[in-house]
Amino acid sequence: MPSNKPEFFETLLLKGGTVVDPSSNRNEKADIIVDGDTIRQVGTIDASSFSGKVIDCTGKTIIPGLMDMHVHLREPGEEHKETVESGLRAAMNGGFTAVCSMPNTKPAIDSLSQIELLRKLSGGMLTDLHPIAAVTKGREGKELTEMGELAAAGAVGFSDDGSPVLNSGLMRNAMEYAAMVGRCVIDHCEDPDLAGGGHMNESLQSTYAGLKAIPSISEAVQVARDVLISEYTGCPVHIAHVSTEESVRIIRNAKARKIAVTAETCPHYLVLTDEAVRTYDTNYKMNPPLRSAKDQAALIAGLKDGTIDVIASDHAPHHADDKDLEFSAAAFGIVGLETSLGIVLTELMGNHQFSLVQIIELMSANPRRITRVPAISIQQDQTASLTILDLGMKWTVDSAAFMSRSVNTPFNGRELSGGAWGVVNNHQVFVK
Amino acid sequence: MKITLTHLLGLEGVSKQDITTILDTADTFKNVLKRPIPKVPTMKGKTIVNLFFEPSTRTRFSFELAEKRLSADTVNFSASSSSVLKGETLKDTIKNIEAMRIDFVVMRHGAPGSAKYLSECVNASVINAGDGAHEHPTQGLLDMMTIREKVGRIEGLNVTIIGDIKHSRVARSNIHGLISMGAHVGVCGPATLLPRDIRELGVTVYPSLEDALADSDVINVLRIQLERQKGGQFPSLREYRTLFGITGERLQHAKKGITVLHPGPMNRGVEIDSDVADGNASVILDQVTNGLAVRMAVLYLLAGGRSKMEGDSNAQ
Repeated sequence: MPSNKPEFFETLLLKGGTVVDPSSNRNEKADIIVDGDTIRQVGTIDASSFSGKVIDCTGKTIIPGLMDMHVHLREPGEEHKETVESGLRAAMNGGFTAVCSMPNTKPAIDSLSQIELLRKLSGGMLTDLHPIAAVTKGREGKELTEMGELAAAGAVGFSDDGSPVLNSGLMRNAMEYAAMVGRCVIDHCEDPDLAGGGHMNESLQSTYAGLKAIPSISEAVQVARDVLISEYTGCPVHIAHVSTEESVRIIRNAKARKIAVTAETCPHYLVLTDEAVRTYDTNYKMNPPLRSAKDQAALIAGLKDGTIDVIASDHAPHHADDKDLEFSAAAFGIVGLETSLGIVLTELMGNHQFSLVQIIELMSANPRRITRVPAISIQQDQTASLTILDLGMKWTVDSAAFMSRSVNTPFNGRELSGGAWGVVNNHQVFVK
Repeated sequence: MKITLTHLLGLEGVSKQDITTILDTADTFKNVLKRPIPKVPTMKGKTIVNLFFEPSTRTRFSFELAEKRLSADTVNFSASSSSVLKGETLKDTIKNIEAMRIDFVVMRHGAPGSAKYLSECVNASVINAGDGAHEHPTQGLLDMMTIREKVGRIEGLNVTIIGDIKHSRVARSNIHGLISMGAHVGVCGPATLLPRDIRELGVTVYPSLEDALADSDVINVLRIQLERQKGGQFPSLREYRTLFGITGERLQHAKKGITVLHPGPMNRGVEIDSDVADGNASVILDQVTNGLAVRMAVLYLLAGGRSKMEGDSNAQ
């Protein structure tokens, strides 16, 4: 049983790996010396004169540390599902050196004291936590949070995720105010009247299943609204968990018109469709729901042509008590931190000919750019935030080995090709 | 003939052979029911629990009576008198009941897929007596039994289901069963009450009721729920009757010899008029009688029986 704890170091030599980093135009064999949290040297290094910790990275690929900009850590309020500590360990195990946590905890992250709590809980962990704060107090969709102070305290974005910002006037104000303090509003796009309390995508599959269904347009009409507000105000907006072909089309058109919209999608939408829901297995229940094969193809095309900027997991831990139920009674959401990278490498690199550089943009550079988290570059004197990949590794998802407190994954037993082998961040290293 | 099923969760995917075996067995049981003492000892010693999480009169009575006619021991459980009101989960309710060693569970529940979920939680055989808008297989079977009895066959017939298809488990079970048996299935109802991509199930969508009636050998008229009107899915019961109500006048222009089914309970004067419901084309009461025979057949066959009954000569 390998340790689930990272190791602290003073100096570290990563020997013999291949370094791939678009920001420094690097794609070559190179050794790296890390001194605390800073890269000291990149190049061919003679190990005999080095006295710190040495890790043999032969056959491994070292890339800028990955960041998942959409995770739910459940603390405070639902620590039986996940804590900041267990969630950040899951992130580390999944190859992430940073995550952004969504504010729909109980209570919501809508005040300075809540941000301070997250800072305390995440201190000393290998993986960095960049909190996203609520757009409105208590996520009630009524009054704006103190965005200026929250941003100064470390909030990297604002979202009422789990719920949309329904009031269009309020959304306009939120986008303008957030832009003023240098942040972006991240919207969970869903028209609740169109969604109609549904549990799965509306399609032939819901006609078979007899479950209340959520049409794709319940997402897309809100995406269109957000794009129009962004165009009118000139303020940025980020669309969370895009799942439909219509949304991709709207965002593509908006980008062609230079509107400041960015977007993310999630690994599960790339490999699963609503057909899976026919089993009534509640690990296929998430919001937005799994869509059709046509939507899936549009998402992959959107990732390929840059319409979609980011892949985020929407890691949503739930206890078995919330999942081992009839489908319509079960909670929405699946864990994703420990499967996200493996699925992306297997599916996008393996089956859709994405380059590793594209993956780095989708999972490291772009999420940092959107949230204004400083960029990572594998160069001398830069911050040492590194993900070490084993691209040749064949592995099988085993939820029993997750570091997350929850195991609500539809991917248990799935065979994947390529994944995280280690991470380096905050004076710490973790390798498998 | 035996059937290949261990549970009856729905008619989707059930073979023509299995459906035919069930219907043939039901025909035999119908004869049993005509005897002076309409009871057989076939399921003596078997324990059946009827779990009804939603209100039901005819389906629950029909199952209960079928179980008694087969000499099984039965226990009834309804949500209003149970620990469900105290917040117990379906799984816990079931595990508790199963701990009492039950052979069969007949369940009605509001959640689609709940019957399948139940079958994964217990060792007993599960019969779905309606799971939300998903399926109601014994209703589909009794409708097919009634059609076969009245018309003489199912294959090749035009059977049209009229009304709220979207929220109807009866419609889904009929569509799957009838298509397996080789019928041409049509649907007709308000556009707001047709489920997405329904044509892909292999059914014909009739925009006009007149066209549907002109084509159909059989119509199955569904109950319209008043709550759909409150939910904004159609404007009024008055207009529903005007556009989709089966009246005697309309039936005069229907295909000659048309047969009318309704799963009940009826809203007389809304989806169906009394002169139709009580008229010559109607087989609505036959459906009720056949329901009993079909449920006996399903229980008997799931218990491992054959379509030519061994226990028959021992009839009490």
